[in-house]
Amino acid sequence: MADHAHKLEIFRGLIKFKSNTQKIWGVLILLSIITTVEVALGIYKPEWGRTPFLSMKLINWVFIILTIVKAYYITWDFMHMRDETKAMRLMVVWTAIFLICYLFFILIQEASYIFEIYDDGYIKRDF
Amino acid sequence: MDNTVVSTGTEGKTWGGGNQPLKASYGKMMMWFFIVSDALTFSGFLAAYGFSRFKFIDAWPIADEVFTHIPFYHEPAPMIYVAFMTFVLIMSSVTMVLAVDAGHQLKKNKVIIYMFLTIIGGLIFVGSQAWEWATFIKGDYGAIQTKGGNILQFGEYVEKDGEAVFKRVALKDFAVTDDHAEREQHLSKNGIWFLSEGTLPSFTVDEVLHGLEANSDILVRTQLINEDGEKTVLSRSESLQQIKNNGKLVVEGANLHVNEYGSPLFADFFFFITGFHGFHVFSGVVINIIIFFNVIIGTYERRKNYEMVEKVGLYWHFVDLVWVFVFTFFYLV
Repeated sequence: MADHAHKLEIFRGLIKFKSNTQKIWGVLILLSIITTVEVALGIYKPEWGRTPFLSMKLINWVFIILTIVKAYYITWDFMHMRDETKAMRLMVVWTAIFLICYLFFILIQEASYIFEIYDDGYIKRDF
Repeated sequence: MDNTVVSTGTEGKTWGGGNQPLKASYGKMMMWFFIVSDALTFSGFLAAYGFSRFKFIDAWPIADEVFTHIPFYHEPAPMIYVAFMTFVLIMSSVTMVLAVDAGHQLKKNKVIIYMFLTIIGGLIFVGSQAWEWATFIKGDYGAIQTKGGNILQFGEYVEKDGEAVFKRVALKDFAVTDDHAEREQHLSKNGIWFLSEGTLPSFTVDEVLHGLEANSDILVRTQLINEDGEKTVLSRSESLQQIKNNGKLVVEGANLHVNEYGSPLFADFFFFITGFHGFHVFSGVVINIIIFFNVIIGTYERRKNYEMVEKVGLYWHFVDLVWVFVFTFFYLV
């Protein structure tokens, strides 16, 4: 295990760390910045965030994308996915991503339909 | 041990066994597969939450109005406490990965220190979550539930920086208590036919209605979200009408049946998802403690291999990973 090699580049080689320990602190800084941005957006709720985009508020998409970025760095650098073989990476990541996207698509789609049924007044809820 | 290994003459061949095509040990790979299946479980819960939310997209509680509490600080401050929890978990993830790194270098003392810090971080997180639950269960303003199961909240317009801002008012600040309407909670020692009775609310619907009639500034706020992304506030006459005609139950705090902040589903999902995640954190702490003692007594030092630390590390990072999503979908979106 002592000869375990780590890939020390993030951002496709834009930032290169000298040691694994340094990379860990670097990734921590990155995750902290993203979380701070998320919290700041959550508290101040900028005006542009309310624009509707793909059946959600724009800011929600920003939050979701930032979350996926964070998840990527946790998996790739903290869980050392970056150092695993390609087959291992594909097996774990794409299985999960495919099933999760499918599940979310089906459920959110149906929920919007049920909302319309309520909204069109076929079922009375306001009493 | 040696005599249990049977020589088959296929050693070193592709199909002879003993190969690691993925260059990962059995244990580590199985931990990854467990993580995939657990990730699917959590996404099932979050997708179900998304389903209920899109189903009631125009009436869902606004998280910023629900989770506003910080210990020892009494002004509403949304996001701050949960941001603190997120940082604690990310920090404990960092100390965990540092422990794994120290394990690769076979530095026992460093592994001990970093694992200890990870366990402390995990305990702080679980403790914070318990406090968050307690605050949520207790509630703060109280509300009235209608016959249709909708929640009506109370508040008044106050001047703030030259603008009229809707400020919530707690039931206890305006309800007129009627001493004759006081009702004892039914206890098993008082009745032969006792089945069970939950805690009684502090007020009856009539007391709240009388309080509303007596305070002409107080208005009712419904669950419906208007174009500005805020909950709809009714006019004075509509407010009185709603409480008089539809008010059925006084709700204080949240549990699996009622929720003073809005749809009971919100509370159900909150308890279930954060509870399931908190249980993962708790079991992660327990596993970490076991591995921590194994490190101290030198099990892995003798093996010259700290892979167990790496495996429990994978689980711990996964718990952090899930929290990142729970944080987004419960508190931000």
